[in-house]
Amino acid sequence: MLGYIDKIKEISKRLLDEGKVDMIIGFKKGTMPMMNEPCFVKTPDEASKLVWDSNCGINLANYLTDRKEKIGVIAKGCDSRNIVTHIIENKIKRENLVIIGVPCKGMIDRRKISAMFDAEVRQVSEEGDAIIVKGNGFEEKLKKSDLLQDNCSTCIHRNPALYDELAAPLVEEQKDIDKYADVRKIETMQPSEKWDYFDNLLSGCLRCYACRNACPLCYCPTCFVDEANPQWVGKSQDETDIRTFHFLRAYHCAGRCTDCGACERACPVGINVRAFTKKLEKDCFEMFGWEAGISIEKRPPLDTFKPDDPGKFIK
Amino acid sequence: MKVIKIEKKDWAGGIGKIQDGYRLFGPVRGENFHDFKALEKGESPDLNFQNTRLSPKSVVYPQTEVLFEYSLDEKEVDHHVMKDAVKDYSPKAVLGIRPCDAAAFLLVKRNFDAPDYKDPYWLKSYDATTFIGAACNNPCSTCFCTTAGSGPFCEEGLDILLVDATDCYYAKAITAKGENLLKNAGWNTEADGGAAEKIETLKKEAEAKISSSVASNQLKSKSTNELYEASFWEDVSFACINCGTCTYLCPTCWCFDIQDENSGSSGIRMRNWDSCMFPLFTIHGTGHNPRGTKLHRVRQRFMHKLKYYVDKYDNGIQCVGCGRCVRACPVNIDIRRVCDMMNSYDSKACACSEK
Repeated sequence: MLGYIDKIKEISKRLLDEGKVDMIIGFKKGTMPMMNEPCFVKTPDEASKLVWDSNCGINLANYLTDRKEKIGVIAKGCDSRNIVTHIIENKIKRENLVIIGVPCKGMIDRRKISAMFDAEVRQVSEEGDAIIVKGNGFEEKLKKSDLLQDNCSTCIHRNPALYDELAAPLVEEQKDIDKYADVRKIETMQPSEKWDYFDNLLSGCLRCYACRNACPLCYCPTCFVDEANPQWVGKSQDETDIRTFHFLRAYHCAGRCTDCGACERACPVGINVRAFTKKLEKDCFEMFGWEAGISIEKRPPLDTFKPDDPGKFIK
Repeated sequence: MKVIKIEKKDWAGGIGKIQDGYRLFGPVRGENFHDFKALEKGESPDLNFQNTRLSPKSVVYPQTEVLFEYSLDEKEVDHHVMKDAVKDYSPKAVLGIRPCDAAAFLLVKRNFDAPDYKDPYWLKSYDATTFIGAACNNPCSTCFCTTAGSGPFCEEGLDILLVDATDCYYAKAITAKGENLLKNAGWNTEADGGAAEKIETLKKEAEAKISSSVASNQLKSKSTNELYEASFWEDVSFACINCGTCTYLCPTCWCFDIQDENSGSSGIRMRNWDSCMFPLFTIHGTGHNPRGTKLHRVRQRFMHKLKYYVDKYDNGIQCVGCGRCVRACPVNIDIRRVCDMMNSYDSKACACSEK
C-alpha cells in the first residue's frame, strides 16, 4: 500500500489547487512506530506531508462530524462506509465531500506485533507484503497477513463503498471468510461462562472513553454516561456502571457499526470492545440482510419498518 | 546512606518477612502488560518489565475513593450527616516503582499538600507508603526522564533505590522509612566498597540509553498569553479524540470529581479521577462551557503541565518523562513535540512566516 501515497498526494494537491476543497483530511507520519496521526492539509504545498501505509487504522469519518467546510477525505473501505452512515444520519453533506478512496489491504495490529517480542519494538517498516520489525539487537521480516488487526483479517469490504477519486485500482475482496466465528463461540457459551467472559473482558476498563471517542458513530452532543439530570449511570469504577456503558454504547451502534476496529485499536488497555458490537452487526446481517454503510440510498433497518421484518411481536 | 547487598535468593524471603507489616504492591504481569497490583501472600513483584501500562498513582490515589457515608433514613438520629468512611492507612510498600513514577508523587504533592489546603486522604495514604524503586537499566525509546527532572536512577521521592546488578541487588536506603523496611525484611548485609562504584556505572549506562528528550528551559520566560494564542494549537489538537487515556495513565495528573451516590436509604460521597479532556470537566450549570472545543481542552492540558505549573511552582514542568501518554495515545499526540513547540515558540517569527 506504500505505492498509494504519490497518487494520494497528487489528488490532494490538485483538489486544493483547483479550490475544490478547503482542506484534506488524512494522515501524517507519527512519532511512534506503527502510528500515524490524523491531520488536515490546507495548502497544496503541505500535501507533501501526507502518508499512507499499514498504520492508518484510525477511522477518519470521525473527523468529519458536523464540519461545514468543503473537505477532501482519504477513505479506506471502512472509513467510506462510516462516511455513508454519516451522510445518511445528516452528520455531513455529501456535496461538501470529495472522497479519495483507498482500496485497503488491511491495517497491522501494533499490539499484536509488540507482544511478539520480549524487547521493545523500535522501528517497523513495510516492503510489499512483508513487515520488517526492528529493535535493539533484533530484526525480523514477517508476513503482513499474519499481523492484521482482527477486524481487517475478516474484512469483506476493503474497497471504498463511495468515492469520487481513487488512489489505486480496486483490490480483490477477501472470499470464504468466516466473519462471525468469534461471535458464535460466545453465543454457544453457557450463561455463567458468558458472564465470566464479559467480566474478564471488561476488568481493565478505565472509563477513559477512548473506544467511544474513536468511534465515528458516537457523536451525541452529550453521551448518556455524561448526562447529569437524570443521571443514568454512576461515575465510579463500579462494575455494573462499566458494563452499562459498554452494553448501551454497543446497542446505540446496532445497524450502524462497520466493524472498522477503531474502538479496539484506541483502547489503552487492549479490551476487545468489538466483542459487543460484532454480535449486533451479525444479528443485523442475519435478521435484515443488512451491512452498514454500503449505500446512501437505503435507510438502516432500525429506523424503518418493512412488512417482511423479522420478529412477530411488531406485526 | 548505606548500601545493602541482597542476594537474589534472599529476595523472596525478605518480601515474605515484610508482608505482614506492610500491604505490598508491585508490578504484576497481566495478559499483555504489567500493572501495579496488591501482591498476594507469598507473591513477588515481577521486576522483568520496562514500565507498567498505568502509572502506580492509584496505590496512593485510587480511581474511585469513598470519602463519606451517610444515611437517608429519617428515623435514624444521624440521618443526612456525613460520616468519614472507614479507611486503611496502615503501612504499605510499593516494590519496584520506577524512579520517574516515584518522583511524580512529589509533583502531585505540591497540589495536595499546599500551604492553604491539605488533602487528608492523599496525604495519609502517601505518608503510609514506603517506595522501593527499581532503577531502570533498560529505559524505553519514549522515556525522556533525564530532561524532565527525573532519571533512570533518580532518588527523588524514593525511600530505597534498588539496583539490579545482575548477580545481586543493591539496595540504597534513602530515608529512615527505607532503612526500616530493609531491617524488617532482614536485608542487612552491607555491600562492600565497590557497590557505590558499580551503581554509578550502571546509572551512567542507563542515562546514556535515554534517546529521547524535551527542551523546557524557555517555557518560564514565554508570555502566557502568547502561548495561549499560538497558532499551532489547531494543528496539535486536530487529531485528539478527547478521551481520558493520557490523563488517566499519567502519574502527575491529579484532577478528580466528587459524586454522591445513593442506594436505598443510604449513600456515599466519593471522588473519582476526572480528566480535562472531557467536556464535562468544565461545563457550567447554565450549559455554557468555557472550554467548549477540543482545542480548548488540549491546550489546557499542555498549558497546565508545561506553563501554568512551571510559573506557579518554579520547579520544572509537571511531567516526569515516563512516556506513557506518548505510547498510549490512540492518535499519537506527542507531548515531546508539543513541549518543544512551546519552548521554541516565537510569536513574531510565526506571524512573519505566515505572511
